[in-house]
Amino acid sequence: MTAGFERAKGGGAVISLSGFEADLLRSLESQLVELLRNEVAAPRDDADPLEALLDFSGPTTEPEDPVLARLFPTAYPEDEEAAGEFRRFTEGSLRDSKARNAALVIDQLEESGLPPLLEEDDTWVDVELDAGSAHAWLRSLTDVRLALATRLGIEDGDEDYWEQLDDEDPRSHVHDIYEWLGFLQETLVRALGG
Amino acid sequence: MTLVSAPSPVEVDQPASAELVDDETHLARPWVTIVWNDPVNLMSYVTFVFITYFGYDKKKAEKLMMEVHQDGRSVVSTGSREEMERDVQAMHEYGLWATLQKADA
Repeated sequence: MTAGFERAKGGGAVISLSGFEADLLRSLESQLVELLRNEVAAPRDDADPLEALLDFSGPTTEPEDPVLARLFPTAYPEDEEAAGEFRRFTEGSLRDSKARNAALVIDQLEESGLPPLLEEDDTWVDVELDAGSAHAWLRSLTDVRLALATRLGIEDGDEDYWEQLDDEDPRSHVHDIYEWLGFLQETLVRALGG
Repeated sequence: MTLVSAPSPVEVDQPASAELVDDETHLARPWVTIVWNDPVNLMSYVTFVFITYFGYDKKKAEKLMMEVHQDGRSVVSTGSREEMERDVQAMHEYGLWATLQKADA
């Protein structure tokens, strides 16, 4: 199992991941990309039909998927109209930048030696990140953690609940992955001097 | 100016000056970006974001992070509405839960 990120010369960070770990991270990042690209921005139903057809700019209402709703929070909780305008002008580019970060993580894992199909179980993947890509990794690890936490229903102070969960419960396994991603992120922040 | 004036100019003046006061209050009342507590983001990461994005020193970044953690929210920046929209968008890029509102709302 990986010992986490370490500081690299020149301001970046390095990590050795087992093939299994690198493959798992690639799979989670791929799912994030799919989620970000899948749910189509719904046109406003209160708008003039012609106006709605010509409105490519972006959604104005909160995404239905709770993960997407967490990734793209409502900026004006008490002003629906302003919130809709903000969303219309920002959500598209936020989706793109989050998908780009996830794609960068996948690319770097593969460029560092993760094969398209992992078959040997003694593979190790050594990843070197410069400062810029380390920031993209930090953001994407955050997005994946937010996604898993939303699906699991993580709440403040619920550590005991997850600790006591039966090993047979599939959520127990997902929670382990969530904790592992938190460990990766913690070591990456530290490697960057935070 | 004198204290004694004809009734009609006063009636015309009042709404105008009231609007002026409103405008001044509006200008003096900036907007704020608020970051809210969530059960996911790491304390070290939130501090890192405040240092990296806002350029705050470590002491200030940690103070704001602790406010988010303990009080559930913290005002992390103040400025024009446009500036605060930029900050909120940036916070969402980092995965932090941020909103904006008028400073005294």
